[in-house]
Amino acid sequence: MSNKQLFVPGHTACAGCGQSLAAKLVIEAAGPNTIVVNNTGCLEVFSTKYPETAWGVPWVHSLFENAAAVASGVESALKYLGKKETINVIAQAGDGGTGDIGLQALSGMLERGHDILYVCYDNEAYMNTGIQRSGLTPFASNTTTSPVGGVSAGNIRPKKPLPEIAAAHGIPYVATASVGIIPDLQRKVKKAISIRGPKYIQIHVPCPLGWRHDPALTMQVGKLAVETGLYPLIEYENGVLSAVRKITPKPVEEYLKTQGRFKHIVNNPQELSLIQEIADNNIRKYNLKAEQTS
Amino acid sequence: MKEFLEGSKAVAEVVGLCKPGVISAYPITPQTHIVEELAQFVADGKLNSQFINVESEHSAASVVLGGVAAGVRSYTATSSQGLFYMAEVIFNIAGMRLPLVLTCANRAISAPINIWNDQQDSVSLRDSGWIQLYAEDIQEAADLHLIGYRITEDKSMMLPVMVCMDGFILTHGIEVVDMPTQEQVDKFLPAYKPLYKLDVENPISMGLLADPDYYTETRYAIHETMKDALKLIPKVTAEFSKVFGRSYNGLLEEYRTKDAERVIVAMGSVCGTIKEVIDELRAKGKKVGLLKISSFRPFPAAKVYEALKDIPKVAILDKSVSLGSYAPLAVEVKASFFGKKKSPKVISSFVAGLGGRDITKDTVKEIYSLLTSKEKACEFIDLKPELLKESYEQ
Repeated sequence: MSNKQLFVPGHTACAGCGQSLAAKLVIEAAGPNTIVVNNTGCLEVFSTKYPETAWGVPWVHSLFENAAAVASGVESALKYLGKKETINVIAQAGDGGTGDIGLQALSGMLERGHDILYVCYDNEAYMNTGIQRSGLTPFASNTTTSPVGGVSAGNIRPKKPLPEIAAAHGIPYVATASVGIIPDLQRKVKKAISIRGPKYIQIHVPCPLGWRHDPALTMQVGKLAVETGLYPLIEYENGVLSAVRKITPKPVEEYLKTQGRFKHIVNNPQELSLIQEIADNNIRKYNLKAEQTS
Repeated sequence: MKEFLEGSKAVAEVVGLCKPGVISAYPITPQTHIVEELAQFVADGKLNSQFINVESEHSAASVVLGGVAAGVRSYTATSSQGLFYMAEVIFNIAGMRLPLVLTCANRAISAPINIWNDQQDSVSLRDSGWIQLYAEDIQEAADLHLIGYRITEDKSMMLPVMVCMDGFILTHGIEVVDMPTQEQVDKFLPAYKPLYKLDVENPISMGLLADPDYYTETRYAIHETMKDALKLIPKVTAEFSKVFGRSYNGLLEEYRTKDAERVIVAMGSVCGTIKEVIDELRAKGKKVGLLKISSFRPFPAAKVYEALKDIPKVAILDKSVSLGSYAPLAVEVKASFFGKKKSPKVISSFVAGLGGRDITKDTVKEIYSLLTSKEKACEFIDLKPELLKESYEQ
């Protein structure tokens, strides 16, 4: 079977959906010998509405928070059957299903050492239920439960550092990726499945509906998050930072102004400086800045 | 071979003989001895199984869901809060039509926190789509796991089975148990052949979204299968009897009800106590009997009707209560007579044994004596009135 048939068109994702594109890129990189376990969320809803499915690989959905645990059971069954060596297991979910309600199950899966790749599609809010704030919603983002108002400038907290939390388990491989940078994303997926043990990849996936950006700009918006330093692309091996994608940092304003969720701050220098500070901290912390060659 | 065994050990031995390839559980009293024993079997190399220590009951249920979805016979056990923490997975497993056996070591529900026995935990999940079988003694508890796997893996069922055994009374009690041999078990329970599974050679999607055009039929199908289970369960227990020599009806058991004037209906280990009282009272010429309900789901309403329709006075003894309404088993028994020609003159309902308060022979005798012409609805037995007098008024 061609890898192009593993996640087929005809599903009901929105135009410009970053998650649907990322899911396709992940499964095409992983190949047909893969079982996918999916949490409840946009991806599950738009790809498997009975009697149709977009999936050309064995795929199972149980609940909102348990993909990591169900995948642990699938992987254990494959071990029992002596088939684990030839079959990949991918557990996947959105940011809320991973970092909030699913964090306990994820931590258990990582700690137990299952040979599973966990993929978090990070669109930075509960999009399936209508853009509510999650633990991975960035600072100042305007969501339906962190709304902008007379005394509110949106979400008051920074993103939960989920890649660091995953890496703190000392697992063999953790990476962040962006749907806007396809070769990097697919390289990381291929690298992850070549390693035995628990792996975690968090992919930044713009959501035109929730972020209120032009659906034609999904890739650009994704790239800008990386290029501004707001979404550092990093890799950890065995708990240690092993690689970063270098950038020539652009001002955060270039990223923020593409999206309605930040509309309330693009003309507010004080708020803008707070977000620039987050990017600058990332750039320093991960040493993201490319060396000048001229 | 007959052995003197703790209930948990007997259950663990029998589960081990069923060869589950995936076992997952989280510690909770009084279920723990069962899975500790299974972990030891795996550690000793006696049992080839993936034993997965999880971080919660929610994940324990999810792991075995994944195990069986991938085509491997799986097993878990829990109690009380653990079962409730699993609750959404419990409904999910049934909805996905995945065959599984779970042991519920019946225990009271918090608050106040209480580790002792009643049946509020499993009874509260009666609408989950699981077949629920209740054991009277350790032998039956052990045997129900074999019977449970045969039922759940039957191609006409594909509904999970919860084997309910009273916490401590059966899990920690010690009795003589006739333990099956591997040869007998293999004869009765063939290797699991999944009807559908996650398979890279034949990819399918499981657990899809069903909109209003499809959802109702999935629930209806489970409901219909439950009715079929009323026919299948006695067939499986009859086959069990051929191999192991012990017979169970599987749905219910009538004990000295033929000419009885007063009958208690009950589930679980209390049935043993009631039988002893019956023998004593019968020796004194009192016409008393017991209707033991083995299968709470599916509920054998037609058989309950047949068993009780000519009994003048019936008492239902519940080890749980539907707060603000009646007791759960009493509701089921009463409903069995709705719209029927015959009915007992008196159907009284009693609640006892909550949070581990012993149901003694005297308690049972009291219930028979309270079974007068005046009907009792959800009467609590062995209440301590002095504990109800406390007041916060200043």
